[in-house]
Amino acid sequence: MIAIIDYGVGNLFSLKSSFAAIGEDAIVAKTKEEVEKCEKVILPGVGAFEDAIKKLRESGMADVVMAEAKKGKPIMGICLGMQLLFDKSFEYGEHEGLGLIKGEIRPIADVIPSDLKIPHIGWNALKFSDKKNEIFKYLNEGDCVYFVHSFYGANCQDSVIATAEYGAELTAAVAKNNIYGCQFHPEKSGDVGLGILKAFCEIEVNKQ
Amino acid sequence: MITKRIIPCLDVRDGRVVKGVNFEGLSDVSSPVELADFYSKCGADELVFYDITASAEGRALFTDILCEAAKKVFIPLTVGGGINTLDDFDRVLKCGADKVSVNSGAIRNPDLIYEAAKRYGDQCVVISADVKRVDGTFRVFAKGGRENTGMEAISWIKRCVENGAGEVVLNSIDTDGVKGGFDLEMLQKVCDVVNVPVIASGGAGCIDDFVKLFKTLPKVDAGLAASIFHFGEVSISDLKQELKKHNIPVRL
Repeated sequence: MIAIIDYGVGNLFSLKSSFAAIGEDAIVAKTKEEVEKCEKVILPGVGAFEDAIKKLRESGMADVVMAEAKKGKPIMGICLGMQLLFDKSFEYGEHEGLGLIKGEIRPIADVIPSDLKIPHIGWNALKFSDKKNEIFKYLNEGDCVYFVHSFYGANCQDSVIATAEYGAELTAAVAKNNIYGCQFHPEKSGDVGLGILKAFCEIEVNKQ
Repeated sequence: MITKRIIPCLDVRDGRVVKGVNFEGLSDVSSPVELADFYSKCGADELVFYDITASAEGRALFTDILCEAAKKVFIPLTVGGGINTLDDFDRVLKCGADKVSVNSGAIRNPDLIYEAAKRYGDQCVVISADVKRVDGTFRVFAKGGRENTGMEAISWIKRCVENGAGEVVLNSIDTDGVKGGFDLEMLQKVCDVVNVPVIASGGAGCIDDFVKLFKTLPKVDAGLAASIFHFGEVSISDLKQELKKHNIPVRL
């Protein structure tokens, strides 16, 4: 079973529906007990970093995520949820993240030409890092996924497993041991996105 | 490289898609849920559900249908029609919509865009403008294109974006239904003043109209159409293949 962490940020309807579509049980989890009984964890998120990390901590779910990460349970952050996994973010100030992925979140505007629109919104092609990560096992290089973001993961070379070209090579997905993150929305990326979620569900925990 | 989006628009009244459709393999051609699923499988990049219901019963039905579609279709969904308050935003976002498009609601209440963008983020708020030439100037029309507001359109759209609209759907009343191509002149004017995605609407009659759109105006991000897709005059997969042949980036 998959736990979708509910800490009062964003709408979990599409995520929950996408797991149903691939035949996986998923619950919207608000308590430690609910998360503990699941084999995998999804950390969603939309909106601003500062507000989201504050809510994650205040709800107690930051501690739960950290504890599960330590146990080796596969955890996937999606969109802002991926950004929360990083050491820190420079979105409107400087804010500390969970520190599960080495690197920081910086404005796209720092690295792309000024004539490109921000946010980076729409379907863009994935370019895999040298070794294709297992969450992409159902994908081909160049498959498109749906992005909506104005900030990106920087200085995270150790963990990058895919990038997307938007005037610069932007971090599209990261992985480090049992921690995974997608900057794009797999739950809005059609069959390609569902393939990523399916592959995540199929990760064998004892391999960690 | 970001791809150009192809977006079918479904007009829904009392829970049914209004324009008659006839596709093989669809048991119920006016079911919004089936049609959404069909388009998603054909390669549509996004779907717009436009609620043209007048009654409260119809509105509740629309919300139920949206939920059903969002359970089955995993591409971005934009919802428009009857969006006048933040409660309306809330109602459709809870049912799985990703973006909400405002039209008359933003004309009646100029603060709506600002308030919605503050609560849900710019990327969630779409300004949909019905624009028509009147005595050589572009004017914003309300109530489904029936009422001239007298407002100059280009500056009004610019103001909506400054207030937080993250995307613009420009529907040219002059070219809508004519099937002679998109309104390139009007689109150019809007592209010149905003730096958010612009979606062209109104006028597509054939594949070549989309090629011309993206070749002439590289700043346009997406093309939206209804009847040519519904009636099967243009298939989305053929359209995308043709765009690719012209070196226009698309998701295949």
